[in-house]
Amino acid sequence: MGNVLVWAIWIVAALGCLGSGIAVISFSNPFYSAIALIGNLASLAVLFLLLSAEFVAAAQVLVYAGAVMVMFVFVIAYIGSDADAPFVGGPSWQALAAVIAAGAILVDVVVAIGLKAGGRLSDQADVDGFFGGPYEVGQVFLTDHLLAFEITSIVLLVAAVGGVILGSEARKGAAR
Amino acid sequence: MKGPDVSWYIVLSAFLFTVGALGVLLRRSPLIVLLSLEIMLNSANLTLIGFARHLGQTDGQIFALAVMAVAASEVVVGLGLIVALHRSNAPLDVDKLISLRG
Repeated sequence: MGNVLVWAIWIVAALGCLGSGIAVISFSNPFYSAIALIGNLASLAVLFLLLSAEFVAAAQVLVYAGAVMVMFVFVIAYIGSDADAPFVGGPSWQALAAVIAAGAILVDVVVAIGLKAGGRLSDQADVDGFFGGPYEVGQVFLTDHLLAFEITSIVLLVAAVGGVILGSEARKGAAR
Repeated sequence: MKGPDVSWYIVLSAFLFTVGALGVLLRRSPLIVLLSLEIMLNSANLTLIGFARHLGQTDGQIFALAVMAVAASEVVVGLGLIVALHRSNAPLDVDKLISLRG
């Protein structure tokens, strides 16, 4: 019974993920795309919960759906109607090459999974209740991966400074 | 709780990555290109967390958190660039922004 329930949740989350992903790239109004991306991130958070990654699922909802998407919506509202990007042009060589390249990635991964790893990926490791919780993630993050933690903080600082510099340069340019 | 194994997650993440790649390659609005990049980064995160669960090790989740931080930084810089483009009345179309092209 539990098995069927997990599969049902997985299928709903996977379809929601793919559907909202396709919606993101097909809306002409970026505002709708941003809203669709929130659905995509929420279904991914459900999949993370199924993979017993509770902390990452919570961070996904807080960081992406909370902070990043609010930033997107602010910028789209600031830019206004200039942001509308209708799907221009019929089938061009560029579009054809894009579809072929994207399809090649897909076939690559699926064939690699099917041929090389088919049988061996089904035996999953057993994990205890702490796996993926804040306690274990924090412990591993602040001991084994302390350098990654510190570098992440520097990356975020540099990005914040860069955002401020870009904004002030743009303001100077507008005043000129 | 025996649900779908890791190969299902990898195939889903391959499809998701394809959707994101199509968005980057087909759409010309930098805003939608950034949104599609988010989809691609998240599909990579799904693979990392799927293998973390498969191997029973937390390291993949740590990596996914680092990817999230990098994605947030990338969005800050990308949106800053888009706002700067908008203020200098440049067209919001990645095919028309060719002044650095050699």
